[in-house]
Amino acid sequence: MEIEELKNMAKKVRRGIIEEVYKAQSGHPGGSLSVADILTVLYFDELNVDEKNPKWEDRDRLVLSKGHCSPALYSCLANRGFFDVEKLTTFRNIESKLQGHPDMTKVPGVDMTTGSLGQGLSAANGMAIAGKMNNKNYRVYCILGDGEIEEGQVWEAAMASSKYKLDNLCVIVDNNNLQIDGTIDKVMSPYPIDEKFKSFGFQIINIDGNDIEEIKKAFEVAKNVKEKPVCIIAKTIKGKGVSFMENKAEWHGKAPNEEQYKQAMEELK
Amino acid sequence: MEEIKKAIRQSYGEALAELGKKNEKIVVLDADLSSATKTNIFAKEFPERFLDMGIAEANMIGTAAGLATCGKIPYVSTFAAFAAGRAYDQIRCSVCYPKLNVKICVTHSGITVGEDGATHQMIEDISMMRTMPNMTVMTTSDDVETKWAVEEISKIEGPVYLRLARVKTSKIYDENQKFEIGKAIQIGEGTDATIFATGVTVEQALIAKEELQKQGIEVRVVDMHTIKPIDKEMIIKCAKETKKLISVEDHSIIGGLGSAISEVLTENYPVKLKRIGINDCFGRSGKAEELIKYFGIDSESIKKAVQE
Repeated sequence: MEIEELKNMAKKVRRGIIEEVYKAQSGHPGGSLSVADILTVLYFDELNVDEKNPKWEDRDRLVLSKGHCSPALYSCLANRGFFDVEKLTTFRNIESKLQGHPDMTKVPGVDMTTGSLGQGLSAANGMAIAGKMNNKNYRVYCILGDGEIEEGQVWEAAMASSKYKLDNLCVIVDNNNLQIDGTIDKVMSPYPIDEKFKSFGFQIINIDGNDIEEIKKAFEVAKNVKEKPVCIIAKTIKGKGVSFMENKAEWHGKAPNEEQYKQAMEELK
Repeated sequence: MEEIKKAIRQSYGEALAELGKKNEKIVVLDADLSSATKTNIFAKEFPERFLDMGIAEANMIGTAAGLATCGKIPYVSTFAAFAAGRAYDQIRCSVCYPKLNVKICVTHSGITVGEDGATHQMIEDISMMRTMPNMTVMTTSDDVETKWAVEEISKIEGPVYLRLARVKTSKIYDENQKFEIGKAIQIGEGTDATIFATGVTVEQALIAKEELQKQGIEVRVVDMHTIKPIDKEMIIKCAKETKKLISVEDHSIIGGLGSAISEVLTENYPVKLKRIGINDCFGRSGKAEELIKYFGIDSESIKKAVQE
């Protein structure tokens, strides 16, 4: 997809996020909006996936380790054709397959069940190791939250990514600088994130994670790194695209009311 | 029972290497304990399918989950304490909830771990693992049963917790014994009592059975190798046919085999069950054979419970 098309798609994906969270009156808009551009580039430009055959064994895999940002993932999957866009309005309903956190057994296109933070990179490693064992060319992408990397398991996994020289793995840290209790540097600082991953053996790429062009370029660079895993540190804005949600920790896990919903949809036209 | 004793973990290591020959989907992960869990036998034969994940069990379980999504059949080994205990949430969210085909085979369970003491003597794992939806929970009591179980669990799709032991046990079964997951094995027809046992306590129950027989007391032993799904029919049948019911396990009396049997009895055939196990306390250092006496899960304690 061209840059302009991707930008329009990112808006569409964001409208989906607002729709989901508003209809459910529950969910996590802040982190979904910060990661929306990254997921849009992945699903509409980068990932080699087939919506007609979601379990295709040669497909690229994506693990959304920050599983609470499921609204962004579902919006991408629906817009990509894995399931009907109308289904987005069933998010978090008792009858819905669209669980609060992604369930791979229920939603076509979800490659790994996530929700309990810190676990996704381990699973992504497993997928990447299996790819190497089976001589497959697929790539594995894993999106971590910046607050999430306070979990110790992430660093256990980072050691393993490096040990097994997983150059078919690309980690993206959605660095929106906010977690529920405040800014990440105040709650429990994981900074400097780039130097940490570098010292764990990763090739580092620093980008503006809300800039489609930079995201696209970063994935190109990542693909050419050999013998080591890549970590893209994506500086993002929590709540990106909806003025009153931007950079506000309170929008981590809160649904908009009717008036706010209308305003958000207007801004995302 | 034959006197020749063999460590269950040794049988596990050998069985795993055999299975590796038959099924190339088998991948083995260990957390720096391969010489103790005996996965080093597999590692030697199939180095390209063996992953030493270091002292990082949470990541090991998650990695196994990822491998399983790509069609591998990962066997994950460490001590029970570091799987069921340390990596509980990873087993819950990354393995059981998505129902992934991960086999968690722990070689050091219960107080029979011995000298290492309480931190390493996992006595809560049956309880924790059997509450988890989608999980199959099994134990083994000798070489033949262990070798059967290791292969058999590769044939079922979904998570399994196979609780193995460090210690040596006598040969209980001959090679022709038929086993089936979810079907307990009744040894003997005695009607004075049923002794439900699992894992290393099956041997102790059989010793008790022989000694009681000399006194004219006829008991049967039921090997509950599968704790989940539990063999309800066998439990109810024995409750109807025998005068006394006793359960014995190298595990806390809370939540383990005794609890699982009680649940079946309460709802179907409410009779008394005497539960023998670790009595809501932590283990301690000592030799395994001393510890089973100290904590009262040995043949003498079983005999006393029958005679009471």
